Amino acid sequence: MNVEVDGHPVDARPGQTVAGLLLALGRTSWRSTRNGGKPRGVFCGIGVCFDCLVVVNGVPDVRACQRLLAEGDAVRTQHGAELPS
Amino acid sequence: MKEVVVVGAGPAGMAAADAAAKAGCRVLLIDSAARLGGQYHRQDSLLDKEKFTPHRNVERLTETTVTALEPVGPGHRLHLRTGPADGPQRTARYVDTAALVLATGAHDRALPFPGWDLPGVYTAGAAQALAKGQRVAVGKRVLLAGTGPFLLPVAASLLDVGARIAGVLEANGAVAGWLRTPSAVFAGRRKTAELAGYLRTLAAHRVPYRARSTVLAAHGRDRVEAVTTARLDHGWRVRRGTERRVEVDAVCAGFGFVPQLELAVSAGCVLADGFVAVNTAQATSVPGVFAAGELTGVGGADLAAAEGTVAGLAAACSLGAPVDVPRRALRRVRAGRVFAEGLGRAYPVRAGWRTWPDDETLVCRCEEVTCRELRESVERRDVLGVRSLKLVSRAGLGMCQGRICGRNVAELAGVPSDGFARRPLAAPIRLGELSDVESPWEGKA
Repeated sequence: MNVEVDGHPVDARPGQTVAGLLLALGRTSWRSTRNGGKPRGVFCGIGVCFDCLVVVNGVPDVRACQRLLAEGDAVRTQHGAELPS
Repeated sequence: MKEVVVVGAGPAGMAAADAAAKAGCRVLLIDSAARLGGQYHRQDSLLDKEKFTPHRNVERLTETTVTALEPVGPGHRLHLRTGPADGPQRTARYVDTAALVLATGAHDRALPFPGWDLPGVYTAGAAQALAKGQRVAVGKRVLLAGTGPFLLPVAASLLDVGARIAGVLEANGAVAGWLRTPSAVFAGRRKTAELAGYLRTLAAHRVPYRARSTVLAAHGRDRVEAVTTARLDHGWRVRRGTERRVEVDAVCAGFGFVPQLELAVSAGCVLADGFVAVNTAQATSVPGVFAAGELTGVGGADLAAAEGTVAGLAAACSLGAPVDVPRRALRRVRAGRVFAEGLGRAYPVRAGWRTWPDDETLVCRCEEVTCRELRESVERRDVLGVRSLKLVSRAGLGMCQGRICGRNVAELAGVPSDGFARRPLAAPIRLGELSDVESPWEGKA
């Protein structure tokens, strides 16, 4: 599958989650916190903690560990609290 | 036909669905993941094959979140959103049922320590889910810390996906010692054999296993580069002078489990010691609501499956389906509970953890509330319970709805933690989704 991560084309496998792909690419963080601007990535890995939020196809606050990638998905880093574009 | 609704497709939920289906009921099995199995039987998501084939009377509703539960008529209404996780255009439906089995499971309990908010710190369950489900290791050189035998299969899974393990740190006594106690071995023969297997795997890979030790701090700028470990006394206070720095790129921590109680609490189920209280038929205090698995106490997959079988049959029976008394499952439940009680006694979270965080350690990761801020807000205002605690400190008000910090914050502030499980919206949803018009669920059958 062809997807995009922060503007770069990337090959993804069916069944891969956004977090699975980003970790496989060597990324450990893809969000900054609202108040402290601190980097965050996966913490609980099972959809509970909402730490691994990422922007998918312009929609913020998507849990990377829960979201399965689909052909053409555009994934990007989430900066603090974002509004849908 | 009669319809039983099961929420959660882990060992308990799958067994409940199967038992109710075999008793002649139609079953709707709901789970938030795309595949069945829950955490214990998590499938390799990259394989193009669903491992489990439910009974023909079971209809699966996967990638579905239960966003709320409310009483309706003689039963309960579940509000559902189906579709890609956190997508804005999920299908909005509801389903009513007079026989509901809750099998929503549990998640890891994480304890705060300096640096636990750095990327590269994971729960043990995260490492397990990513290894089993995505075939990816959370680090190249990983340290595991926490308490309880669950750390062992996580270490084995990490080895399996190519990680090196710098050590497994058990804050209580060694698992090997506990496995030699007669009652534990007798009650949980299958489980002890499984655990002994993991210990052999660790030994074969020369993984250091240390009892009465833990991770005290994680260090790094934008991610974990090293951790400080230390020895603990029996109450989990740090033995000064035993601190050691270990270079790792990931640390996984798991201090037991927290049950996902919100649906049971919304239904009004009575809790006991932080779990849903059930009778021998797995019936909760609310007619028409049954509970099985980690919701009723932490005891592992075998116990969960046995409870699921009992709950599924009891739900079917409550709808008038003829069922036989499941003697074998009831026996497995009794044995499993003996094992679980032994486990709980050997691997509790001990009060000394409250000395691990420093003033600037976050207690609430979502709202970025530090230990000092929590302490000051409790000192300055009257905190009578969870609600006022959240309002004065902001701890627990974030997107995880207090799931990660609730127990810790309540313990630090000295209030009972049950109130954190009161979540009228059982999962965060977008404002737009609140106004969705829901259509009734109409099964394929």
